[in-house]
Amino acid sequence: MKNHWIAKGLGGALALALAAPAFAEDSIYVPLFTYRTGPFAGSGTPVADGMHDYLTMLNERDGGIGGVKLVIDECETGYDTKKGLECYDTVKPRGPVLINPWSTGITLSLIPKASVDKIPILSMAYGLSAAARGDIFPWIFNPPDTYWDGASQILKYLGGGSVDGLKGKTVGYLYFDAAFGREALPFFQTAAKDAGFDLKLYPVAPADMQNQGSKWLDIRRDKPDFLVMYGWGAMNPTAIKEAVKANFPMDKFVSIWWPNDADAASAGEGAKGFKELNWHGAGADYPAFADIKKLVIDAGKSQAQVGEFGATLYGHGVFNSMLIAEAIATAQKVTGHKVVTGEDVRRGLENINFDDARLKAIGLAGFASPFKITCADHNSHGATFVQQWDGAKWVRVSDAITSSSELVQPLIDAAAKSYAEKNAGWPQRTEPCDNKS
Amino acid sequence: MFYREAGQFKTTYAADMATFPIRQDRIGLALILFVAFVGVPLAGDVFLLNSVMIPFLILSLGAIGLNILTGYTGLLSLGSAGFMGVGAYACYKLETYFPNVNVLIWIVASGLISSVVGVFFGLPSLRIKGFYLVVATLAAQFFLEWAFARVPWLVNDNDSGAIEVSTRTLFGVPVIGPAASPQARYLVALTIVTIMAWIASNIVRGRIGRMWMAVRDMDIAAELIGIRLLRAKLLAFAVSSFYIGVAGAMMVFLWLGAAEPEAFNIDLSFELLFMVIIGGLGSILGAFLGAAILHILPIVLRALPAALGIPVQAAHVEHITFMAEGALIILVLIVEPHGLAQLWRTTKQKLRVWPFPY
Repeated sequence: MKNHWIAKGLGGALALALAAPAFAEDSIYVPLFTYRTGPFAGSGTPVADGMHDYLTMLNERDGGIGGVKLVIDECETGYDTKKGLECYDTVKPRGPVLINPWSTGITLSLIPKASVDKIPILSMAYGLSAAARGDIFPWIFNPPDTYWDGASQILKYLGGGSVDGLKGKTVGYLYFDAAFGREALPFFQTAAKDAGFDLKLYPVAPADMQNQGSKWLDIRRDKPDFLVMYGWGAMNPTAIKEAVKANFPMDKFVSIWWPNDADAASAGEGAKGFKELNWHGAGADYPAFADIKKLVIDAGKSQAQVGEFGATLYGHGVFNSMLIAEAIATAQKVTGHKVVTGEDVRRGLENINFDDARLKAIGLAGFASPFKITCADHNSHGATFVQQWDGAKWVRVSDAITSSSELVQPLIDAAAKSYAEKNAGWPQRTEPCDNKS
Repeated sequence: MFYREAGQFKTTYAADMATFPIRQDRIGLALILFVAFVGVPLAGDVFLLNSVMIPFLILSLGAIGLNILTGYTGLLSLGSAGFMGVGAYACYKLETYFPNVNVLIWIVASGLISSVVGVFFGLPSLRIKGFYLVVATLAAQFFLEWAFARVPWLVNDNDSGAIEVSTRTLFGVPVIGPAASPQARYLVALTIVTIMAWIASNIVRGRIGRMWMAVRDMDIAAELIGIRLLRAKLLAFAVSSFYIGVAGAMMVFLWLGAAEPEAFNIDLSFELLFMVIIGGLGSILGAFLGAAILHILPIVLRALPAALGIPVQAAHVEHITFMAEGALIILVLIVEPHGLAQLWRTTKQKLRVWPFPY
């Protein structure tokens, strides 16, 4: 056991090294948990670039937010929970104002810590759906939609405006067989029973993301009328390619909001017609994107590859950073502090109110639909739309689809209640609310 | 010279048979334990405790468990992550059924459940060995991972499919869950690991350990001198799975705080196996060294560019770490195929006779 101390010495030296870079008082520390390596890098990289570029653009154009510079710091998680926790411990001493885990696994591990460490967690449209209940999860935010909202919207779209339109049809559900894909499962099952459609399940194990042949044999045999996909990482391009190979009618194939342009493009011409749900506009035709192009990408301050700018996942990254920026700006307004803390930003998040005027002011009019976050509702369950791949870009093909709150809300309430009960001693909300209305 | 034993007379058989017969070793160990129990919690910041020391201790314990099976008994296994999962899920179930019993008791008890599962999957080891046993344990790994993902009962029907840990106290101090201080969690982990490493080092030195080693070196010969193979091998599976199961329960309860089935995938099995091989097969010290190399080294490598003030993108650091780690592992295996523990043994032998090499 002699060499044991060497390890300790190294650890100690490391701790010192990490403690050394002190940050100036007049900056806001925004760590970004990203993954540009590992099996999910294909999805993680454009998201990371979108998040990074928007915040860098704010630094370049406005000198930060409210005159305070942002310190943007990427930590590579590789979509691995253990590395994510390591990142969390690395950034925590530097006073992060909020954390974006970008992984359901990391989010689940961090949820109980948020209220203890006073660092809000922004898990944009992923993570624990139940966290939409702000009265039970005051520190967790998952706007603009939960996976249950997404499921209800997809089914509504497929049913021609109402889930009941699916009566007598067969709907296949191709999903990533981990917490993420399974979470929507009870929703589909309940909906299938209520609306009277036949639900076929095609789980794809994380290890088999690129090896879906057997699932597609099943899909060919079952010939579902519609196929819904909840995938991430390498699962998305593989599924689209397999669908092309299996001659599955692409316009009957609808995914949740995670496939990227490159995923569809990689399947070639055959992918034409593929549909996905989205909550923000496709492309880069917005003033804020023009600023990113001018001040960040053309200035060589971005890692974005050619063709990544304006892609769906890049847009997700920008949307995520738009929420970060708005949370900080709102926090500055609500608290009057210039240099905000995690507690301030939590209040900021609860007071986010994106109306048309505000979206126009930040140069993203038309990019997002107006929504607001309140103390009770940390999600907003916003309207989405369906976009279709035309072989080169996404084209919006549906009107705004609202979420069926009568189906979703009971699930969220039950899940939140059960989470609080199972985690005995779950703290009661003591944080005051700024917008009781 | 540094290890000169001259003048250290042993007057009893007990002293002669002590785990650490040389005084310098005892002093060194006492020093290490002192630093570990007092120095680290006092000096350590959150990162050192949470992300370096606690995972290191837990992985070391897992590596000790696998070393008992692979290093001492010669049975290769790729099911370690599955058995860690059994420990974790067993602890979660026990803890939710009996929330009033101290969770530390359940952490140890979950080792027993893991041990039963380990014995079950160890049954084929009587008939098959080598690569075939690897395949059999691989089946255990896949089956267990499948069960964690597919049996909702194991996760108390949580929608997220994950197990979560709530705050638990020991003597009024929270030791588990979000409210527990890193110091408290570290000390609990350290105490468990110290006690279990001490027990393991005694098991492997005694009759049972010799029995395992006889089986490892040649099982037919072992059978001929009267060792019952089935019992020896199953005992190895039981003890090994017990250690691995406790490590798994600790991983969720003292380190991660929540776990998806993915946390116990095959990668973790390989990681433990690498730790055992790099640290040194058939050595308790090797388990610690292997865990240090595979867990702490990448963290140091990752922090190096920032510490030296070199601006590198986070993703590039990750790539460099992968390459450097791989190169180091290959280097270690070429220079010292018997692992780091052998390196230490050689060094110690040299130090004992220094400056007179013979």
